[in-house]
This record gives sequence, C-alpha cells and structure tokens, in this order.
Amino acid sequence: MNAIRIAFSEFIGLFVDDGNLALLVVVLIATVTLLVKFAHLPPLDGGGLLLLGCILVLVESLVRAARKKG
Amino acid sequence: MTSITAITSTVTAAFLGSFVEAVEAFTIVLAVGLSRSWRPALQGAGLALAALAALIVGLGPLLGLIPIHLLQYGIGVLLTLFGIRWLRKAILRAGGHIPLHDELKSFAKETDLLKRQASDRRADFLAGLAAFKAVLLEGIEVVFIVIAVGAGNGMLPYAGIGATAACVAVLAIGLAVHRPLAQVPENTLKFVVGVLLTSFGIFWTGEGLGTPWPGADLAIPAIMVILLAASLLSVRILRGARATAFEGDLP
Repeated sequence: MNAIRIAFSEFIGLFVDDGNLALLVVVLIATVTLLVKFAHLPPLDGGGLLLLGCILVLVESLVRAARKKG
Repeated sequence: MTSITAITSTVTAAFLGSFVEAVEAFTIVLAVGLSRSWRPALQGAGLALAALAALIVGLGPLLGLIPIHLLQYGIGVLLTLFGIRWLRKAILRAGGHIPLHDELKSFAKETDLLKRQASDRRADFLAGLAAFKAVLLEGIEVVFIVIAVGAGNGMLPYAGIGATAACVAVLAIGLAVHRPLAQVPENTLKFVVGVLLTSFGIFWTGEGLGTPWPGADLAIPAIMVILLAASLLSVRILRGARATAFEGDLP
C-alpha cells in the first residue's frame, strides 16, 4: 500500500511542482475547451488563447516565486 | 504529419529530455557502483529497465485504442503541465532565484547515505534498491517524454530513437569519464526541454480541440520561438530584480 502511495505521489510529482501553477494551467485549458466546444470560439483563437494563457500563467508563477524567495 | 520539421522537433525533444533524465539516473547508479559494488548497481538498474520494458509492452498497445483527438488532447494537457514545470524551475535557476542542480552534490549525498548503510546486513539490497529506484523513476519520465512527443502524431519510433540515442550517449560518456557528468549544462538543457515540451503540449492540446494551426506542424517551432522569447525575457527581468535587491541590501 505504501509503495502504491509512493508511486502515485511520484507520478503526480511529474506534473505538479508548484500546485498553483498546475491548477491555473488546468483551469486555463478547461476554460478554453469550454469556450471552443460550447461558446463557439473559433478553434484557432482557442489555440492562441492557450499559448498566451500559458505564458501569463508562467509569468504569474515566476513573480510569485521570486517574491517568496526575496 | 511526417515533415522534416516534425521529425526534427520530435527527435530533438526526446533526445534532450531523455539526456537530462539519463544523467540523473547515471549519477545514482555510479554512486552505488563506486561506493558499494557494481553487482547491486547493475542488478537494480537491470530490474528497473525490465520493469520499464514491461510497462511499455503492457501499456503501449492501449494507446492505439484511444481516438486520436482524445489522445492528442490528453497528451497535450499532461505535456503542458510537465513542460511548464521544467521551464519554471529552469527560469528560476537561470534567474538566480533557486540554486542550480549539482550532480556532484547528488553523487556525494548518495555516496554518504550508502556509506552510512554499509554496516547494515541489507546493505547490498539497499544499494540495489537505490539504483532500481533512480533508474525506474527517471526511466518513467523518459517513457512519458517518448510517448508524449511521439504518440500524438504517429512518431513514436522517432521519439524512441531520440531517447535511445540520449541514453547510449550518457552511458558512453559516463563509462569514459567514470565520474558524475557534472560538466553537462543541465539547466540550459532543462530550459530548452521545458520550452520544447510546453510547445508540444500547447500544440497537441490545440490539435485535440481542432485548432487549424497556421502552417500545420510548422506552428510547433513558431510556438517555441514565442515561448523562448517570453522565457528569456523572464530570466532577464528576474536577474535584474535580483541585482536590484542585492544592491538594496548593501550598506
């Protein structure tokens, strides 16, 4: 059981380091998906939004980390 | 999508990503081999490789059962999360906000731990376990990178070639120098790989959503350039902020 828990946390660790960053990326992708699938946002605009959103989310995480470290 | 651009970016991403992981695994196996003995080091590493092979053989065929758009979307999401995590850490390291990863330090830490376990009657088992864990964990990341950059566009063989070449290169260099590969510019590699994997992630997520990327697979290098520019600018700003903070601390 312990080994499974360790393996699971290692697997999650592959994708999640800064929890906030991961959460914002997931929220961004989910929002773009909903906009494209249900609000008729053109898929190309959705792709552009994904790229721009990822950059903004990354910058937000960097600013937060830099402030924390001083 | 089998253009030269797609093949080159797939092989490069798989090679560089796997190279970084192989260096980290090699450091631990070398520490076990030199500080304990080569038998548990090779047994641990061999068992981990067998487990990885079983994982590939077991799960590989399942990929073919997933509809391509769903596969691209799922891989895209995971790859974006995986790549952006690497990129964030590499930018913070390049900006001087967190220390660089040091292979010599990892080697010394592992060697120290193994020496403290030397009197334990399970010392060989613990040493083998350390090698097993290192190769398995880093190997899973290599397998993920290969699947992630290759499965969405039917380029698994090219991704596999890139990853295999990286592992062989690390092994060959490691056997030649017989010490941790501390001279490898690991953060630069992680920076580049972070940009590559995040770009692939955004591209595949978009493909999964039906995005008609301009230029088809040529959009991948275009996304890379935009992401690279934003990342380099971030490093510059972080360095500037750090220098300003440092000057402010001076009497």
